[in-house]
Amino acid sequence: MAGELSTSPGAREAQRKPVGRTVWVSGPVVKAEVEHSVFMGEQMEVGDERLIGEVIGVSGGQALLQVYEETEGLGPGRPVFSTGLPMFVTLGPGLVGSVFDGIQRPLHALEKAGPYISRGTKATPLDTEKRWHFVPRKRAGEKIGAGEVLGIVQETSVIEHRVLVPPEVSGELASVVPEGEYTVADVVATVRRHETGEEMSLTMAHRWPVKRPRPYHSHLRPEVPLITGQRIFDLFFPLAKGGTAAIPGGFGTGKTVTQHQLSKWAMADIIVFVGCGERGNEMAEVLLVFPELADPRTKRPLMEKTVLIGNTSNMPVAAREASIYTGITIAEYYRDMGYDVALMADSTSRWAEALREVSGRLEEMPAEEGFPAYLAARLAQFYERAGYVETLGGATGSVTVIGAVSPAGGDFSEPVTQHTKRFTRCFWALDKDLAAARYFPAINYLESYSGYLDEVGEWWHRKYDARWRALRDEAMRLLQEDSRLQRIVRLIGEDALPDEQRLIIEGSRLLQEACLQQNANDPVDTFCQPEKQLALLGAVLHFVKRAEEVVKKGAPIHRVREMAVREEIVRAKEKIPNDQLDRFKELTRRIDEEMDALYRDFRRVT
Amino acid sequence: MMRESGLFQCGLKSVSGALVFLEGARGISYGEMVEVIGGDGRVRPGRVLIASRETVALEVYQGTEGLSPAETRVRFLAHGLEVPVAEEMLGRTFDSFGHALDGGPEPLAREWRDVNGAAINPAMRAYPRDFLQTGVSAIDGMNTLVRGQKLPIFSASGLPHNRLAAQIVRQAEVPGERAGFAVIFAIVGASRDVADMFRRSVEESGALGRVAMFVNFADDPAVERLITPRTAFTLAEYLAFDRGMHVLVVVTDMTQYCEALREVASAKGEVPSRKGFPGYLYSDLASLYERAGRIRGREGSITQVPILTMPNDDITHPIPDLTGYITEGQIVLERELDRADIYPPINVLPSLSRLMSDGIGAGRTRDDHAHLSNQLYSAYAYTRRIRMLAAIIGEEELSGRDKMYLEFGRRFETEFVGQGPEENRSIAQTLDRGWEMLKLIPAADLTRVSEQELAAHLK
Repeated sequence: MAGELSTSPGAREAQRKPVGRTVWVSGPVVKAEVEHSVFMGEQMEVGDERLIGEVIGVSGGQALLQVYEETEGLGPGRPVFSTGLPMFVTLGPGLVGSVFDGIQRPLHALEKAGPYISRGTKATPLDTEKRWHFVPRKRAGEKIGAGEVLGIVQETSVIEHRVLVPPEVSGELASVVPEGEYTVADVVATVRRHETGEEMSLTMAHRWPVKRPRPYHSHLRPEVPLITGQRIFDLFFPLAKGGTAAIPGGFGTGKTVTQHQLSKWAMADIIVFVGCGERGNEMAEVLLVFPELADPRTKRPLMEKTVLIGNTSNMPVAAREASIYTGITIAEYYRDMGYDVALMADSTSRWAEALREVSGRLEEMPAEEGFPAYLAARLAQFYERAGYVETLGGATGSVTVIGAVSPAGGDFSEPVTQHTKRFTRCFWALDKDLAAARYFPAINYLESYSGYLDEVGEWWHRKYDARWRALRDEAMRLLQEDSRLQRIVRLIGEDALPDEQRLIIEGSRLLQEACLQQNANDPVDTFCQPEKQLALLGAVLHFVKRAEEVVKKGAPIHRVREMAVREEIVRAKEKIPNDQLDRFKELTRRIDEEMDALYRDFRRVT
Repeated sequence: MMRESGLFQCGLKSVSGALVFLEGARGISYGEMVEVIGGDGRVRPGRVLIASRETVALEVYQGTEGLSPAETRVRFLAHGLEVPVAEEMLGRTFDSFGHALDGGPEPLAREWRDVNGAAINPAMRAYPRDFLQTGVSAIDGMNTLVRGQKLPIFSASGLPHNRLAAQIVRQAEVPGERAGFAVIFAIVGASRDVADMFRRSVEESGALGRVAMFVNFADDPAVERLITPRTAFTLAEYLAFDRGMHVLVVVTDMTQYCEALREVASAKGEVPSRKGFPGYLYSDLASLYERAGRIRGREGSITQVPILTMPNDDITHPIPDLTGYITEGQIVLERELDRADIYPPINVLPSLSRLMSDGIGAGRTRDDHAHLSNQLYSAYAYTRRIRMLAAIIGEEELSGRDKMYLEFGRRFETEFVGQGPEENRSIAQTLDRGWEMLKLIPAADLTRVSEQELAAHLK
């Protein structure tokens, strides 16, 4: 199978002849009478327009296909063609910076056919004309193994594309081309394979079945945080490289803005953004913004490290299902080169609904809310493809998966949210009430959690500050204590509480305003360096600690609230840029000054 | 629609609800249009739902009463459902299939197009950011509509959404571009009274010349309702992307549409999901709502204002819920405001226009718009909190500052949100009125507007 997959794109097209005929068509589901050679999961082409489809069931001489394009106009008696391959994607230089639909057709290439996506339009995933400058890294006669770097190509100004020996291929390099310009269809090397002794040609591209995870050498412990520049995540609910996170939230809670923020600022080498069943205008916005926005590390346009997959809500529903697999396979491919890849899927609920829709057409027995019983298994298979690994070639790389969930009615008890919770280790719950109060990011800090605290804590302590975990836990305690007190406040009012308790409420309020809330539209606050995150949290907690001492001496709470320095702390996130962290020392000094003054006042009075 | 002769087939296997089944048809396709001709000779349009070598399922528009299996003939037309499109359709009223309903001649179509359209290539979309004026302050000022946006109105039974719809249809304009502007009004499942009210209101305003109406009456077969908005969008796409016009499509009532979808799905024996609606309700709604937008390199735009009534005033019901996930915001009507006799009863707090921030400001609306609407929003949000407090402890107990907010809230609702159903406010009038409201609250609280703006507008 690997041999087939490794042949250059387009080589087999000419040989195809029909293997059967359609007998039944309803929406995306088609039944066909076929030869026995057709196998489960095989990619097929249906009708004279050769619509792309996949075998989702075989019995006797009949195959059940799901078709990834509109089937209007298709009827019984039309030819069905076999490809002999499972549903695959083509992997090679040219992926980064591209925009694909769910079945890896480049959307810019489809533009030639007009502004609408019409049926049967074919376009090769990778530009077969474009010449890449290939620099070989191996010499003829060398032994090579799967996943080793055969040569390199500068794919964009920031991404060096490492052309790897495809998985399942090893042997002796019989020949390799000299450094020069080649297309993805050109043979760049031949290998004499160990097992069979036959010679096999390699190009810079190869195919891989989307539903099969790409192999790696070993799984590593996810202990490096994926820094996102968003304080609520990095400080409170950190995600590790190779980890999984779910962002559930009703409409209007800022799910998409959060996903966009993560794509823009997450410290990953490659971003794969899968717009799965979402709005067309959002895709237009991404395409407008990403080429203009600079990556904070490389200062190059974000698009130069991004692969976009856009299957909007009005595009064929079966291709929406495929888009998730296409995305994760591309992510694994760059992981194998030794990169840290972050995959954003917006939204996995639409993907689950696509499963439900196809399942309904197949008249399968539904489980909860009409979803098929295998929903949980499919979600698990998807999230399990995340990981921090040692690759076959000996490098380390990671795929981090961040899936948005759109629960019906904003109710987290629905099946997709519940199953997703089982398979992801970070849960970032978006809250409708917080969003309505224009509190952004609207992450509910009581409902959210991260399973990576212990793992990434060591990294923070080693790299920045041994107090990271202590500060974080102290802040969480303050928030939890506050939430307990708020229940009482709702009954009797804040003024009726004793001063120590009012100080907790006051401290939590400051923590939320100064630290948890973050303005995505502010040029400074949109991305916050880890050092600044710690400095800011440190300043807030220092203020709270000093205020406790002063209030114990009898200073009224309103004097603390009215301090000039409080306003300065709140504004620090926007006023102090990432590269002027010395100013936090000044801020701490001012907190001490004002607190000392207040302390003296009350010593005098008492 | 009898434009070409097709394959004939005699005799049906069975009739069930809006569906008929027949056997042994050859050379047919999924989605193909058919004509079902009963023993009485009446021709009913229909569509192939399941194309199979053995049994073919058809959905029949205009009802299946009077069809007997033995006497019925079916003609397969070898094309999908197509409707006429022409600029001359503006000023006229049609049924769901584009037949004249106003007593005038049938449209002289330049072209016939498939009602389902095709998905716009997302990479070909242009990001919408130009203002569209409705003349309604609560929309223009607080939840600005942008050309190419889809912004639904969430209403409920008994609220004046029909009056608001008619007002938007009459008043909507692209400032300074009246010539290239058209409105398409799709009325789904309305009673004859309501449909008449819409027609009269448009006629009387003199705006009829730029409005095309597609009407499906409440007593028309449910399956036809699934066509009405699609016919409207097909004309909209022609006018916007072939003729370069800015088109506003108003659809009312989407709840009727969804219920028809449920009815048809249940007749087909499909597995229901939430509240009996089919599992593909989201995809189906998206196939309508996503027909809004702009296309790179083309002049025109399609803006959508679908109107729906939330069953039992429940915003988490599948219809408003799935709509909210697809559309770019929502305008929410509130019963409490309606009871206080405020028209239009728009509660600006749960309302949202996602594309507003990129569509307003200098050169689009006015430079002070963003800050002003922000300030009004936060002041009104505070007012609502104060009102709850006042309900518990009594208005007399409130501080002087809070009493000022109560007064602000009253005037904001009656003078800013509230306006006459015939009153058309320009964006400048709306914004100036907003500044008038801000005079009612303490100057120290106006932290969201800049000092320059204060000096310029609050002299």
